[in-house]
Amino acid sequence: MSLAVHTAARPDFTVDLWWIPRAVILGLLAFAIFGPLMNLLLWTVAERWYFPHTLPLEYGFSYWARVFSPRGVAMESLANSIVVAGLTVIVAMALAVPAGYALARLKLPFRALILLAFLIPQAFPSLPVYVNIARLFYQIGLNGTVTGVVLVHVTHGLVYAVWIATAAFSAVDVELEEAARSMGAGAMRTFRDVTLPLAAPGLLASAIFVFLESLDEFTGSYFIGAPDVNTLPLLLYTASAGGNYQVASITALLLLIPSVAFMLIVERFLRSDVLSKVGH
Amino acid sequence: MPIRLFGLFLVLPALAVIALLFVVPLTSSVIGAFAVGSGYGLGNFIKAFELYTSDIVFTVVIVSLSTTIIGFLSIAIGGYLVLGENPRAVALLRWLYRWPLFIPFIVVGQILRTFLARNGLMNNVLIGVGVITPMQAMSFLDWRGIVIAFVWKQTPFVAMLVAGAMASVDRSTIEAARNLGASRLRILIGIVVPQVATTLMVGLVLSFVTMMSVLSVPLMINAQSPTMITADIAFRINAYGDYGVANALGLISLVASACVGWFYLRQSMRKRS
Repeated sequence: MSLAVHTAARPDFTVDLWWIPRAVILGLLAFAIFGPLMNLLLWTVAERWYFPHTLPLEYGFSYWARVFSPRGVAMESLANSIVVAGLTVIVAMALAVPAGYALARLKLPFRALILLAFLIPQAFPSLPVYVNIARLFYQIGLNGTVTGVVLVHVTHGLVYAVWIATAAFSAVDVELEEAARSMGAGAMRTFRDVTLPLAAPGLLASAIFVFLESLDEFTGSYFIGAPDVNTLPLLLYTASAGGNYQVASITALLLLIPSVAFMLIVERFLRSDVLSKVGH
Repeated sequence: MPIRLFGLFLVLPALAVIALLFVVPLTSSVIGAFAVGSGYGLGNFIKAFELYTSDIVFTVVIVSLSTTIIGFLSIAIGGYLVLGENPRAVALLRWLYRWPLFIPFIVVGQILRTFLARNGLMNNVLIGVGVITPMQAMSFLDWRGIVIAFVWKQTPFVAMLVAGAMASVDRSTIEAARNLGASRLRILIGIVVPQVATTLMVGLVLSFVTMMSVLSVPLMINAQSPTMITADIAFRINAYGDYGVANALGLISLVASACVGWFYLRQSMRKRS
């Protein structure tokens, strides 16, 4: 508002020359970010495209039809991915909600150490671990099963689940719980009717985080799931390694959409009062 | 039940998952690195260095280079978001820089595999602008491709952390320096960056460890020698079932990550004392 008034009051027609370097730098950045994404979109609709042609020779949706045919490999991978991610969210939240509540509300010995323990899977290179889990799971018959893949994804997603759940419960006003208790509600009832609904947006954010982590996970699925439990990232890898860039690009686009959508809305779920309590 | 015990009882299942499915396999990978034949020894490490010394050096150099570039870009982005004087340009940058934040590494690999290829959009634009001729177009799918993929994916993460920390730096010192005639670059380097150094380092250390264990990017962009340790580990397992050398390579990447973590801890301890 004040800016508009300011410029209107001044009959000044000089162009702000700083827009030249600004436009150049922002343009280059936009190209660096959207150029690769554009290239991917082109590949999803390219029927024929090879060097030295700048653009695809033919456009069409025949690869989409192939990917989405009822018996196509992609539908199986998509179903697998969604089942695995859904189960991962259920297991991770079942573990994280009690843990987060305890870490936020109850006086725990070694609280800081316990919080740090959930960071371990992020703080060490995970590849050697997956290799050895695969070996262990192979002995007990979990390799190549949905259960095995879910367990690995849960381990990796727990840090988000527990840390965000802890922050979400910390952000709930204690006085509201005390009010409910003083009116005669039991501990369980207070938790169910007061604490849980108030912490719900934060818990939902952590569930989305866990879902996306599971959906996008490649290394663990590669060692534990392949070739029996084919998820979308595994399909993307095999298609790309086989030189089928169209199928790979369509799969990549399927994985891209939820990721970008979450990036655009994350701030609505993770309010700053919750965010400021993460890791505390 | 006493409340402390009840609290522990609520946390225990989640902790057990971490212990059983991460700490135990991690330990067995460390032990497995020393297992040779029927006893223990350094055989796996000797073989790992014989076969993969160039890949180990390559990995450390690639990841360090990527971390450095990510650091500079994050400071530049965060700095402009805090000190930029044109609100429209700041808003545009804020909207722009975060796009790759949640895009998975495997998708980044595929996207850049097509973008950086000989007939990818990058070469096409360079040819169109007249920087290179069609004959000079070359594929960037080697070490440069891996660095570009890492920087593309990790910069938004570190920049977001850094920008958040910069936003909470006391404005009055910045205004005071500006009134004394300090340039914005000087304010950034002299006042803002030192105050967000801890956040920057945390972001960079986490990125370093993440990049050390990414398998999909080297597999997608450049799996030929020299490649990254992660691709070698996968190859040892899939081609030979050779867990000894794979675990030795795993321990080497663990040590590289631990060195960075230790360096960070030492710096932050020194600052505190």
